[in-house]
Order: sequence, then structure tokens, then C-alpha cells
Amino acid sequence: MNGNYGWGLPIQASTFAKEIDLGIYAIHGIMFAIFILWSVFFVYLLVRYRARPGVPSEHWETGTLQSMIPDLIVLGIEICLILFYALPAWSRIKMTVPPEGKSNVVEIVAEQFAWTVHYPGADAKFGRSNAALVDAQNPAGLDAADDAGKDDVVTVNELHIPLGKPTVVYLSSKDVIHSLFIPEFRVKQDAMPGMKIPVWFEPTLTGKFEIGCAQLCGIAHSIMRADVFVHTPEEYEKWLAAQHPQTQPY
Amino acid sequence: MTHHDSHHGHGPDDFISKYVFSVDHKVIGLQYLITSLLFLLFGFILIMVLRWQLAYPDQPIPFIGNLILGSTGGVVTPELYNQLGAMHGTIMIFLGVVPLGVAAFGNYVLPLQIGAPDMAFPRLNMMSYWIYLPGGLLMLSSFIMPGGAAQSGWTSYPPLSIINPGQTVWLLAMVLIITSSLLGSINFLVTTLNMRAEGMSLMRMPIFVWAQFVTAVLLLLAFPPLEAASILQLMDRVAGTSFYLPAGLVVNGEALKVSGGGQPLLWQHLFWFLAHPEVYVLILPAMGICAEIIANNTRKPLFGYKELVGSMMFIGGMSFVVWAHHMFLSGMSASLGNFFLVTTMIISVPSVAVLTCLVYSLKGGSIRFTTAMLFALAFLPMFGIGGLTGLPLGITVTDIYLHDTYYVIGHFHYVVVTGSIIALMAGVYHWFPKWFGRKMSEGLGKLHFWTTIVCMNGIFFPMFITGLAGQQRRLYDPTAQLHNLTTQPLNVVSSVFAWLLFLAQLPFIWNFFRSIWHGEKVGDNPWEATTLEWACPSPPPHGNFEKPPKVYRGPYEYNVGKKAAWVPQHVAEVKA
Repeated sequence: MNGNYGWGLPIQASTFAKEIDLGIYAIHGIMFAIFILWSVFFVYLLVRYRARPGVPSEHWETGTLQSMIPDLIVLGIEICLILFYALPAWSRIKMTVPPEGKSNVVEIVAEQFAWTVHYPGADAKFGRSNAALVDAQNPAGLDAADDAGKDDVVTVNELHIPLGKPTVVYLSSKDVIHSLFIPEFRVKQDAMPGMKIPVWFEPTLTGKFEIGCAQLCGIAHSIMRADVFVHTPEEYEKWLAAQHPQTQPY
Repeated sequence: MTHHDSHHGHGPDDFISKYVFSVDHKVIGLQYLITSLLFLLFGFILIMVLRWQLAYPDQPIPFIGNLILGSTGGVVTPELYNQLGAMHGTIMIFLGVVPLGVAAFGNYVLPLQIGAPDMAFPRLNMMSYWIYLPGGLLMLSSFIMPGGAAQSGWTSYPPLSIINPGQTVWLLAMVLIITSSLLGSINFLVTTLNMRAEGMSLMRMPIFVWAQFVTAVLLLLAFPPLEAASILQLMDRVAGTSFYLPAGLVVNGEALKVSGGGQPLLWQHLFWFLAHPEVYVLILPAMGICAEIIANNTRKPLFGYKELVGSMMFIGGMSFVVWAHHMFLSGMSASLGNFFLVTTMIISVPSVAVLTCLVYSLKGGSIRFTTAMLFALAFLPMFGIGGLTGLPLGITVTDIYLHDTYYVIGHFHYVVVTGSIIALMAGVYHWFPKWFGRKMSEGLGKLHFWTTIVCMNGIFFPMFITGLAGQQRRLYDPTAQLHNLTTQPLNVVSSVFAWLLFLAQLPFIWNFFRSIWHGEKVGDNPWEATTLEWACPSPPPHGNFEKPPKVYRGPYEYNVGKKAAWVPQHVAEVKA
């Protein structure tokens, strides 16, 4: 396990992990600074203006604009965060998806309490699937009659991806809402029944990482986990070639 | 009570109409106070059981485990765990903090502060309580019903909530609780607008009244969508509709027999359209209480009265357009996230303004550190932490990682527990002499204060660390996932402080009940306060004021013009 888990953020294993962490560190820095300065002022006021016999309270007023300086500072910081961080980064990470031709594409279907991964195989085309065909041997419900599905591969609770190019996941759910969470990749996206939501990431490290479910999905929510295996491109091709296509008889 | 004018006259004499089905706002306020404090205690007990499982997964609860969970040998099952989680959230918010902050304090204090003899609609007021109580009891009763209590989180996201047991009673109880809140909010609005004493112009109202007024607007406008949404979900469960269910669902290997065409996201939109304003329903009365106590104990006028009023109104208005910041990763259009990012950042500014005004109010003061004041002062930095940690959650990009982790739990408990509940505690110590004519013990109060503050931080601060390390919410057994193993000791820390927090409340419970009968007797105005609730006897008789008060000045005239240390609102002339 590459997790290197500790009491801080997990290691950064995707291209945008750095960008997300930059925000987390910067915002916490700002928060600490504001809180410390504010607390010093607060404690000063409490000590300086404690009730003392013979010392009455005094009125203290200031101009409206001056009284709003702290609010304006916070507003300024927030405007900067929005303009220079949140909008551009959100646009790169969530609003745009890399073109399929240059990416590794898989479908993930969440269910109580497992993740089924569907790889399109060498032809890069997903075979037709049908919920009525789902059984223990055919977890993705692939239709054997569809030629596009002849080389498709299915894994359960394991996601295998190559290093060096983005992976686009089409995420959906069979039953209730789940959420695909890969801490090391800083990826999280709800899997919504009735919707196929694209979510992408590009790994920067090979190894094994953890997928957890981040949305309460029933009594086994906490054990709904899976592993991500990031291979070098060559190893990935080798792994894929060694898989038995789902619809082919043994 | 002979000098009451005939219009208000005597209250009823028989026990039932005086203490049970009372139309007197003060009795109803106390009914709400006691009931909601009991619900808070119950919700707290639920989480103490839940936290055992989080700290020591799958181990039986020692000593009392067999007593409370006989059938499983004292082990918390996943079903029970999810029930405890869902019901803790529901009870704390809908049956505890909102009724305490709005219905208990609002009912008792608001009419007194504006110089009214009662609420505008006393019978509606009584009805509100008598719908709330059955709603609450129905909610609790679900624990002993077949299938148990709701176990889909307090947010009750479908489709899970529609296929899970226990949810029907939750929905029925919610309909009752929401109805009760709606009746209360109408009453508060009409009372504030129509029942003010002569001379009590809007801009002479105490900040607490303003806070309750804005809160009532939020309740009135935000609750109906959730009531409608709950009824739709109820229909999905019992009448075979599919408002929230898309076609093609396969649950447990079986196709769900529904017509489909529904959308789970619809519930989330309707739910958060209520539940975000609800956050301000939890915090505005708390801000109001702190403002009253800070003005009174600094012995000087509040800083920026108009700014406080304006900020609260702005918060109220904006709170209706921030709801989808809970849904950045729900599958909602990503570009919509940008809109809610901007509105969320905007709403933080008036909240900062409120805190700034309250802190500036300390400057130049002559600060008395009563127990009430200590709680009100603690509200400022603690709510500050709650507000600041909202920042990385409100920013779309950082929310990708932090959403649905323990960071969120830490954040909103800092807002609601060390924010709202701390302020409500301040309110109890501050207005107790008005309710019962006696003071609570200051010594026990300070013991309660310091132990409570330490324990609350001990519970919630570690959650930021576990959240940053990636621990998700609502996990029955966090150690089932590798990335949560290293922070597991922090779950133990949180749990131990949660149990200690319970011990820290024992002096409060003792102090409260003992002081009702044996506390130090005090006069009408023990804190030398200026607002109208201190101008009537303690406790106030039926009809409140001996004669209708007349208001001559603003609410916080402390140390004005070198003539007197403080001048109550109803005093016309300041004698040198």
C-alpha cells in the first residue's frame, strides 16, 4: 500500500492533488492567522476592560467604514480565493473532462456494497449491458449478443489503471447514492442512480491505493471499499491481456 | 395581582389550564424549555452510545452494555449505529436546539422585551407546543417500532431513505414538527409587528427581538418546502409513487417495482433549501442572546446596533441562495457550483460583521464576568472557529477532498454546539432569575462553564485532523478502511471527551433544579439591565406588566450622558 497514511493529508498521487492541497494549506494558513490575531485582540480587550471599582465604562465609537475593516479584509481574501483559485481550479478539475480519445475510459457501477468496474477492452467500445442479466458470474450484466462487448473486461472492487494518461470514469449507481472517494487522488464524486457522471483523474504514482464510499449507503457502508492499482503502461497492457473477457466462455 | 387591569386579569386557577394546556406565553416558553432540554439530553445519550462503537469498534459496551443492548450482548449493530446517527442529528436539530433557541427563549423573552402582555395568538401558541410534543414523542417511539428508527442519516437522502426501514415514522413526525414551527413563526412575526409597547419603534427593539424576527421569517419561508418534500417522500414509501426514484433501480439483485421518472437530486435541493436557512435559525437566536448579555455585562451600549440589524437581515435573505453548497459533488451541474460558491462567500461577510460588532462592544466596557457572560464570550472565538472552518468547505475545490469527511462534522458542531448551545446556556443563566425569581449558583455555573468548554473542544477539534486525514462520515467501523487506521486514536479522544462532557452537565442539571426552589432570591432586575423584560416582576404575573409600559429610549442606554450608570427603556426622565 502506497498510502503513507499519517495525521495529515495522504500522499499526493494525482495531477491535481497538489492544486487541491495548495488551497487547503493556504486557507488554513489564513484561518490560523485571522484566528490568532483576533484572539490576541479579544484577550487584550477582556483584560484591559475588566470591571474595576471606580472605573466606569466609556463609550467607544468609530466610523461605519472603519468598523467594517475586518469584514472588508475577509471579503477581499475571499474574492482573491474565488478569482485566483476556486474558479480556475474548479473549471480544470470538475467542469472539463479530458477527451476520451486521449484517455483511459472505464465505467464504474456502485451498488450495496461493491464497486463493479467495466473496461471496454482493446476496441475501446463498451458492450451493451442490461440490469436483467446481472448475476454472480456477470456482475456488470453484459449482453453476450453485442459484438462491442466481446473483449470487455469486468472487475469487482478492483480498479486497474495505467500511469501516464488521464482516466475518465463514467460513474453510476444501481440502487442508492454512493460516493467514489480516492483520498490519495483527492477525488470524490457521488454516484447518483439514474445518472452517468463523468469523473476524471490522472495518477502520478504507481502502486495500490484505496477507494472508500463517502455517502451513507446502508448498513455495510463502512466496508464498501476497493483498491486502485496504478500500473506502468506496459504492465497495464499485460494485465489487461491476461484478463478473461467477460462474455467469452471458458 | 389586584392592580391588574381587567383586560388581562387573573390567569386560570386550575392546574390543567395553568400548567398543562396553558395559553400564557411564559408557561409555554418554560414547557418548551424543559422539553427541548430533555430532548437535547436524549440526543446526547444516543451519541454517547454511538461514540463507543467509533472508539472501540465491535467491542461490547462495558457495564451497561447488556442492560441497554441485551439482544446483542452490548455490541452496537450496524443497524443500530445508523439509527443512532440519524436520530441524533434529527433530535438535536429539530427537537432540541431549534425549539430551545426559538420557541423557549423566543416565547418567554420576546413578548416581555417588546412590552406585550402575551403573544398575538395565545391559542395558536399553545397548539404549537401541543403539536411539537406529540411529534417529538412519535419520533422517539420509532426506536421501539418494528424496523426501528430511521437509519438513513438526518438528511434522509433517497433512494436509501425510501428502501430503508424506519423512515415512515420519521416523515410523519417531521410533518408534525414542521407544522408546529410554522405556527410559532407566524405568531412571532405578528407579535413583533403588532404588539409592541408605545414608543417601541423597530429601531428601539433589542437585538434579541430582531434575531427572533429574522429567524421567524426564515422558518416561515424555508420550512414549507421541506414539509412538501417530506410528504412526497412519504408517498414514495407508502403509496407507490416515484418522485425521487429513477427507473431501473436494482436493489439487492431485484429490480425495484416503481414506475421511475423521479430524481433523487430533487430531494436534496428541497431538503437543503430548508436546511441551510435552518443553520441560521440555529445561530441567529444565539447571536441575539449573546448581544443582550454582552451589552448588559459590559455596561455600555452595543457597538453598531444598526450594523447588527442590517447584517442579520442580510444573512436572512442570503441564506435562501446558498443551499447547494452542500451539493457540489452530488452530480448537480458543476458550473452551478460556481454560483453557490460566490453566494456562500458573500454570506460569510455579514457573519463576520456580527462577530466584529460584538467584539468591538467589549472595547471601553466595564466587563462583569458572570457565568452568563462567560458563556456569551466563549461563543465569540468558538463560533469563530466554526465559521472559519466553513471556508475550505464552501470553496468548491477544497470541498472535493473535505466533503463528507469528519472535517464537516467538526465544522458544524463548532457552529451548533460551541456556537448555538453555548449561547443558549448563556441565556439560561441570564434569564433564569426572570423565570423563577431566583439566581442559579455562580460557583456551580463557572464549574459547568470551564469543564464544558474544555470537553467540547476535546470532542470536536480532533475531528478536523481525522477529516484532513480523509476519514469519511457515518462509518460504522472506520478501521475497516486502511486510510483511517492511523487516526483511530483521535476517535478515542473524541469519545472520551464526549463522555466527560456528560459528567460536566451534571452540575448544571443540579444547579438548575435546585435553584428553582432554593436559589438565591433576587429582585426584578438583578443584572441592572435596561430592556423591558426586567421592568416587570420576577416571575412576571399573567399579563406581564402592571400597566402597559411606555418606551422612551433605545435598548442599551448604559452610562449615557454622565447622568446615570444605566437607564431602562421605560424610564422617561434621567434624574441626575
